[in-house]
Amino acid sequence: MKAACWHGRQDIHVEHVEDPRILNPRDAIIRITSTAICGSDLHLYNGFIPSMKKGDIIGHEFMGEVVETGTGVSTLRKGDRVVVPFPIACGHCEPCSRELYSLCENSNPNASMGEALWGYAPCGIFGYSHLMGGYPGGQAEYARVPFADVGPLKVPEELTDEQVLFLSDIFPTGFMAAEACGIRKGDVVAVWGCGPVGQFAIKSAYMLGAAKVIAIDRFPYRLRVAAEQGGAETINYEDVSVSDALREMTAGRGPDHCIDAVGLEGHAPGLKGAYDKAKTMMMLETDRPVALREAIMNCRSGGTISVAGVYGGFIDKFPMGAIVNRALTIKSGQTHVHRYMRPLLERIRSGEIDPSFVITHRLSLDQVSEGYSTFSGKEDECLKVVMTP
Amino acid sequence: MHTYAQARPSHERLAAGLGWFSLALGTAEIAAPRTMARLFGIPDDPRLVSVLRGFGAREIASGLGLLTQPEQPGWAWSRVGGDAIDLAFLGAAANEDSANHQRVAMAAAVVAGVAALDLICARGLQDHQDSRRALGIEPSHDVSVERAVTVGRPIAEVFAFWKGYENLPRFMQHLTSVETLAEGRTRWTATGPAGVSVSWDAETLVERENEWIAWRSLENADVDNSGSVRFQEAPGGRGTEVHVHLTYSPPAGQLGRGIAWLFGQEPGQQIKDDLRRFKQLMETGEIPLSEGLGLQRAAQPVRDVADVAAMAGVSPELVGAGARLEGGRA
Ligand SMILES: NC(=O)c1ccc[n+]([C@@H]2O[C@H](COP(=O)([O-])OP(=O)(O)OC[C@H]3O[C@@H](n4cnc5c(N)ncnc54)[C@H](O)[C@@H]3O)[C@@H](O)[C@H]2O)c1
Ligand SMILES: [Zn+2]
Ligand SMILES: [Zn+2]
Repeated sequence: MKAACWHGRQDIHVEHVEDPRILNPRDAIIRITSTAICGSDLHLYNGFIPSMKKGDIIGHEFMGEVVETGTGVSTLRKGDRVVVPFPIACGHCEPCSRELYSLCENSNPNASMGEALWGYAPCGIFGYSHLMGGYPGGQAEYARVPFADVGPLKVPEELTDEQVLFLSDIFPTGFMAAEACGIRKGDVVAVWGCGPVGQFAIKSAYMLGAAKVIAIDRFPYRLRVAAEQGGAETINYEDVSVSDALREMTAGRGPDHCIDAVGLEGHAPGLKGAYDKAKTMMMLETDRPVALREAIMNCRSGGTISVAGVYGGFIDKFPMGAIVNRALTIKSGQTHVHRYMRPLLERIRSGEIDPSFVITHRLSLDQVSEGYSTFSGKEDECLKVVMTP
Repeated sequence: MHTYAQARPSHERLAAGLGWFSLALGTAEIAAPRTMARLFGIPDDPRLVSVLRGFGAREIASGLGLLTQPEQPGWAWSRVGGDAIDLAFLGAAANEDSANHQRVAMAAAVVAGVAALDLICARGLQDHQDSRRALGIEPSHDVSVERAVTVGRPIAEVFAFWKGYENLPRFMQHLTSVETLAEGRTRWTATGPAGVSVSWDAETLVERENEWIAWRSLENADVDNSGSVRFQEAPGGRGTEVHVHLTYSPPAGQLGRGIAWLFGQEPGQQIKDDLRRFKQLMETGEIPLSEGLGLQRAAQPVRDVADVAAMAGVSPELVGAGARLEGGRA
């Protein structure tokens, strides 16, 4: 089959590889009909995630048709149309039974690597480094899905691929980020980053009752989507001081909750940016937490810092003093996607939201290299790339 | 009261520190080789930059190696080798006309400092390993390892799975079979690299329902060993805590080396991995396999399912469609 393989920094291209086979009884094989590029994939593309190997098949946002099931799978049948959640979860361990699926204790065969780097290991994730299990990903024609009786969600025929595909990751991710804030009546939520995750965080914050959402980015076309589709007020951090603007827009209170939908490749103009670039260069930190610091410093006392953006290693100049003395709460995690798929499918079905609003580029899998460079470079007003194998 | 007190030699702690350093440096070299080049004062030449990126990959490999196997001198030596290459590279770069000589000199001084640490670390670990080897056996001393795991299943089920012994090969990497003989005796067979196989008999010393199992090899065994597993209800309905304690005295000389694989390079890690597989099997009914296990091969589908199984230490009959699941839960 054809699959997008990682070959090094900014080198991802399609190759011919073996077709996947059933390895475990609870596996299923999916013929992929739609697959997307995620902001998390950009961290692989730009070489920030360790333990990648040349030839790794990447991709974790995909859906398709069941073509084969192992003997242990009785919930799926050949021909079923399913969306696959990006974390791999067994459904039986303690975290799984508490619906903390991305913390599954059984799905990461390379757990010892995770333990070395982070103390304990997280779940396995499709196409996301060997640290995360070394599972081949879904930017391909076919994928093997472990624990297929737990993850894949059957979707109704009347909804198109584009409407349901993002149940695999970014819609639940934005939703969980907003839910973590514990939004109460009148709350203002500020969202750093207007990529796809930020866009869904904005929509979700309103769904969960926010009085106002303020979106922060530097790309006018992304801010435009946040305003027009999401109904957010916007700040372009290249034009104004974010902290002045936030104070002004909240009449001095500060946003009640702050969501970081940027992650470890945060960008900052001028000296602040140069500082973190220099630090990562001198190996004193591995990630650039520009947005995270700003979110902490600008959050109203007693508020929540909800971190959806991915960080992989260490950060420097972390304002712990602000967190302690102003009683801020930090919430984070890879999304427990399984928990949100059904309720969010209902919101799509009822017409409350059509997640396809983020799609700007429709490509074939063969154009994957182009997809990555366009999305990574924020070229051609790119917001989300969906590919068909 | 249980206190855990297994000291870690200082060289191993140093190894872990250097491992972190390697990971961070490697990530930076891969992610931002041109900026790194500028920092080191090296001319911004695509050739040199791609060399630097290659160094990054090497750093990450040594880093992960040092962190996961801090007692193995090999990883530290790989850093020493890397330092030598770095210094040679900086030396060559300094000769380029466009180099910033002051920065190259500074970078070289830093590398030299780190190289000294690497050397101390590698020598320390090597001495330790040599002294073990000099005694003709590896490791020379009796090995005693304790590891524990929590399994989210009722104690009776977990106990029953161990008690029969014959289930052990399903998750213990090197065991091929455990047969029950008469009078509380069992025959254990293990297969190692190149099909080498050893076998020994053991007797059950204790078998207390849902509490404790202990066994010991009989006198004539090639590998003198004993094991004990205690079962305890985990708090708050979390299932069963399984505490394993294994000891073995490797035989001297030729034979000892021949079966050193039995308990692995690092017995603690081996048992931890075995217990992880045990938990997976009990909780999910299978041991999930991944095509990209470890860092040996790319995450791509495989032609031969048995290969993946062997790499993962899983018995082939548990793999693939049609696997039987009795014992665990389907
Ligand atoms: N937690 C999870 O499970 C999960 C799931 C999916 C994605 N993610 C992470 O979410 C993050 C965003 O993903 P995405 O797909 O939206 O990616 P993206 O790259 O399209 O979006 C990131 C946005 O952040 C903006 N940005 C950069 N620096 C900024 C700053 N200092 N202030 C404000 N905005 C800034 C960029 O301009 C860009 O628009 C990534 O880190 C991704 O890995 C996490
Ligand atoms: Zn993602
Ligand atoms: Zn689980």
